[in-house]
Amino acid sequence: MLVSIYRYNPEVDDAPYMQDYQIELPEGKDLMVLDVLNLLKAQDPSISYRRSCREGVCGSDGMNMSGKNGLACITPVSEAVKKGKLVLRPLPGLPVVRDLVVDMGQFYKQYEKIRPFLINDEPAPAIERLQSPEEREKLDGLYECILCACCSTACPSFWWNPDKFVGPSGLLQAYRFLADSRDTATQERLSDLDDPFSVFRCHGIMNCVNVCPKGLNPTKAIGNIRSMLLQRAT
Amino acid sequence: MVTQITSFGRSGLYDWMMQRVSAVVLSLYTVFIIGYLLLNPDLTYDQWSALFEATWMRIFSLMVLLSIGMHSWIGLWSISTDYIKATGARFFFQSLCGLVMFIYIVWGVQVLWGL
Repeated sequence: MLVSIYRYNPEVDDAPYMQDYQIELPEGKDLMVLDVLNLLKAQDPSISYRRSCREGVCGSDGMNMSGKNGLACITPVSEAVKKGKLVLRPLPGLPVVRDLVVDMGQFYKQYEKIRPFLINDEPAPAIERLQSPEEREKLDGLYECILCACCSTACPSFWWNPDKFVGPSGLLQAYRFLADSRDTATQERLSDLDDPFSVFRCHGIMNCVNVCPKGLNPTKAIGNIRSMLLQRAT
Repeated sequence: MVTQITSFGRSGLYDWMMQRVSAVVLSLYTVFIIGYLLLNPDLTYDQWSALFEATWMRIFSLMVLLSIGMHSWIGLWSISTDYIKATGARFFFQSLCGLVMFIYIVWGVQVLWGL
């Protein structure tokens, strides 16, 4: 199989380029893209990429595989190959550190902006803040985000305004805390989001939903944030 | 919170709502005009001018004119903040859009009311 990999080492290369590799895959087995990368790394140790848990939990190996963002460790080669070729590029829109490794700084900055922690100004109870099963259920589909950045880097609004638009991942997390019955900063959180960029730069094209490796729905969460803002203001 | 002074209503929610409200007005008008033209295949000038002399039609058309102004301002402002990264060029483009929309609205009022 032919694998084409985006290569860029800023210390040596003037510009990024695509390098082709030929690889023999074992018969009767559908490897994951990360396995292919590991095999290639044995061939050419200079290929750089991030990986850790190799089972879709840590979110380290987010990359663009034949045009679609996803986690290399849980994407079967059969799914990622197009016309007999596997094309691997770094996540789009973020600065490339080297090869498939991107600088996630801007992504984390947006995550930090939404204050991803519980804020509660009431005195802490002796044991814990209780939630009813219904209240807890509201967090399903929100808390599972692993911050792999596949969604935000698939979003054109994030490409154009990564410093102002929070992005699907950050907004999914923003709603996770807005929906939490134990959080008392709902009004401040909403006020922080009520500008023309943070939430409203989302035009609902649902690229985020299309690529999320955990099957989450940031567009729906963004819609819920809009409804909360609307309810507050009308 | 991102501060913006060139957006239509300064609040993202307000712009978003106005964009949708104006879109509804524009679609209603489009459907009405297409329907009117289909129902009156042999339309004469007198009929057409009588339609636009009716006060309700003038109000409806003025509402549409203002909706076009709002809708296009919010839309073009978004596009300019996406694609024009140089502040000077962006401000120039936004000012030009504002000017053109203002001219269209004043001109449109003149046409509608036959001033």
